[in-house]
Amino acid sequence: MFNLGGVLDLPMIWFALIVTAVFLYVLLDGFDLGVGILFPFAPSDECRDRMMSSIAPFWDGNETWLVLGGGGLFAAFPLAYAILMPALYIPIILMLLGLIFRGVAFEFRFKAAGRSRRLWDLSFHFGSLAATFMQGVVLGAFVQGVKVEGRSFAGGPFDWLNAFSIMVGIALVFGYSLLGATWVNMKTEEKTQEWARKSALYLFGFVALFMALVSLSMPLMNKDIRALWFSMPNLLYLSPMPVLSLLLLLTLWRDLRAGREYRPFLLTLGIFLMNYIGLGISMWPYLVPFSVTFRQAAAAPESQSLMLVGTVFLLPLILAYTGYCYYIFRGKVAHEPTY
Amino acid sequence: MFDNLDPTFLGRVQFAFTVAFHILFPAFTIGLASWLAVLEWRWRRTGNEVYKEVYRMWVKIFAVSFGMGVVSGVVMSYQFGTNWAVFSDKVGSVLGPLLGFEVLTAFFLEASFLGIMLFGWNRVSPKMHFASTLIVAVGTVISAFWILSANSWMQTPAGFRIGADGLYYPTDWLDIMFNPSFPYRFVHMVTAAYLTTAFFVAGVGAYYLRRGRHERHARVIFGMAMIMAIFVAPAQLLFGDLHGLNTLEHQPAKVSAMEGIWETERGAALRLFGWPDQKAEETKFAVSIPKLSSLILTHDLDGEVKGLKEWPRADRPPVAWVFWTFRVMVGLGVLMILTGIFGLILFLRKRLFTTPWFQYWCMALAPSGFLAVLAGWCVTEIGRQPFIVYNVLRTAEAGSPVPGGQIAFSLLAFVLTYFFIFGAGSYYIGRLIARGPDTQEDGYGAHGIQKPPIVADLVSTRGGKHV
Repeated sequence: MFNLGGVLDLPMIWFALIVTAVFLYVLLDGFDLGVGILFPFAPSDECRDRMMSSIAPFWDGNETWLVLGGGGLFAAFPLAYAILMPALYIPIILMLLGLIFRGVAFEFRFKAAGRSRRLWDLSFHFGSLAATFMQGVVLGAFVQGVKVEGRSFAGGPFDWLNAFSIMVGIALVFGYSLLGATWVNMKTEEKTQEWARKSALYLFGFVALFMALVSLSMPLMNKDIRALWFSMPNLLYLSPMPVLSLLLLLTLWRDLRAGREYRPFLLTLGIFLMNYIGLGISMWPYLVPFSVTFRQAAAAPESQSLMLVGTVFLLPLILAYTGYCYYIFRGKVAHEPTY
Repeated sequence: MFDNLDPTFLGRVQFAFTVAFHILFPAFTIGLASWLAVLEWRWRRTGNEVYKEVYRMWVKIFAVSFGMGVVSGVVMSYQFGTNWAVFSDKVGSVLGPLLGFEVLTAFFLEASFLGIMLFGWNRVSPKMHFASTLIVAVGTVISAFWILSANSWMQTPAGFRIGADGLYYPTDWLDIMFNPSFPYRFVHMVTAAYLTTAFFVAGVGAYYLRRGRHERHARVIFGMAMIMAIFVAPAQLLFGDLHGLNTLEHQPAKVSAMEGIWETERGAALRLFGWPDQKAEETKFAVSIPKLSSLILTHDLDGEVKGLKEWPRADRPPVAWVFWTFRVMVGLGVLMILTGIFGLILFLRKRLFTTPWFQYWCMALAPSGFLAVLAGWCVTEIGRQPFIVYNVLRTAEAGSPVPGGQIAFSLLAFVLTYFFIFGAGSYYIGRLIARGPDTQEDGYGAHGIQKPPIVADLVSTRGGKHV
């Protein structure tokens, strides 16, 4: 049995990998969930067709990152998986149900005609909305901490439900919508693009507002987080984070006003990255806040070693062919209706 | 009000329900992906447009089924944690990597190249398109490899130790992956998937032939399916027998339940039918063939077969379930083999495509593979009870610390959602079948995405016939 635990800090590497996988999920499924949320607000059916076409080749691969997030957590940090899933039981089940309703809509919508197509439009919208909101709720509940006794969850079925987690849910709905709007702005032309740009400008205000609300309420709720961010010399080291976020927001606003096509999407990705890093710093080093660290939750070093060897080869390969797919389907979505 | 519901039982029902729905789609798409690869290969080799038109019809059905497989599969990857937290915590170090590798080696591969397979006709070369179909087909089998390895480990655990903390630690990865029942289960299941597709496809082909529709396509569809029925269905009998002998060696109690045998005996009779009574410890109303059970299981007329009474009552699986689902699976297998035999005879008499009763027969057997797969999984999973990891960890000790009512409500939500969604999916698949292959070009491949200039130029200089 080979074991790299002696030479490498395996839990640390796996923590970084899982965190990266979850972030990639947020970015990739974020924009296609966002497209789903915006779907009914598009000005015409033709716009909706194009929006759907712009994500149809990718959604399946995007959602696979969620499976990797779940499967990876189970493999690398089984204790965290075993505590978090029962703790977040109801929002996770609702998220999964939402993902079912939206996932099948891709196939069903193109095959349905007339009124039943409307049904799958709704299924796509409400599925995306529910999945996104529940992901936000999961995040909101996660950062507030989970009650643990021994090696299991010790709280009640509705511990996750409170004003803060609902606020994070709403925040994520706006966040993903902005990702979706800037994606559509990038991938379409004319009427659809113009509408997407306007939507992005409209969403921009909400995203900025909720970013401020969440960023301020977290240190208010938790004194450790407050101490982490607002004590010297941390305040100095961490100050580039809010400054960079502000810069990104400002540039995004100007780009959207100027009608730029590609950069708004990339800037929105940057804004998500900043929020994510900020959250990561606040949660460090917990995988189950505030009781189990990533070291305590780690799987056996033999298990992490085996997976690391595989991942070193497989992850670059996956990124390469995922990139290839995005390259194959690059460019604008066409005028002609889909099949 | 739900406090008295048994969370373990509800968790089992929920897992059984969601996995049973899920397995229908992989079982279908594993076979379908390989068949599509063969079709595209035949089209490229012969230039016969019928192959391409059949491909284009079935790739749509593939897309619908695959989509439903994906969304029901995401549920599975979270259910280990939601309902089986103690199990996840204990075996995470052993099983986690197998599931992790399934995602890394198979899921991404399938998801990415499916996009090209469906929407890439105008955007990649024909060679690259064929490669994508092949990659998706290989991906489905890789996925089966890992998940069956993980399941087999739960049936015949090996290559691990239990630490002082009660957690399971790996000691030998090859022993874990290639645990004793894995090779048999893998071959048996992949073959089952191929047969599931073949019989469904045969049913559709028979339907077209009977109606006199899409004659040329129907002959390709039906003919290729019959090749599978003739050669693969009998092979499955052999694989199943070997798997059964492997189970006898490692999980004898399961085999005793399959046979409905309570007393250890020599020259045991094969109970064709009967009603196993768990309380009375006997199989009532048994219709038996003397000595046959011993012959099948030990390949000796007077071989000894262990009875269920060898195990304490608390260690016995629910016998009636195992007994009956086993009979359903074997019965359907026999019908499949008969189909192959009839098909061969009709082929030799040059009446394979024109015999009405045989067409009805094949239409009736269209769902046989799905039913056989479900029945077979019931045998092996219920037969593993009362353990979640055979002889090591009891199912009752593996659940999550969540109240029964919570599981009951989520189960209800799954039931409603699945019946609605998968009902709709079946409806759309039915419509695609009713429509049949399109003989003129349709816009599926284009998918409304403009060709980027470079690729478009390349295609036009190559003649662009296939676009």
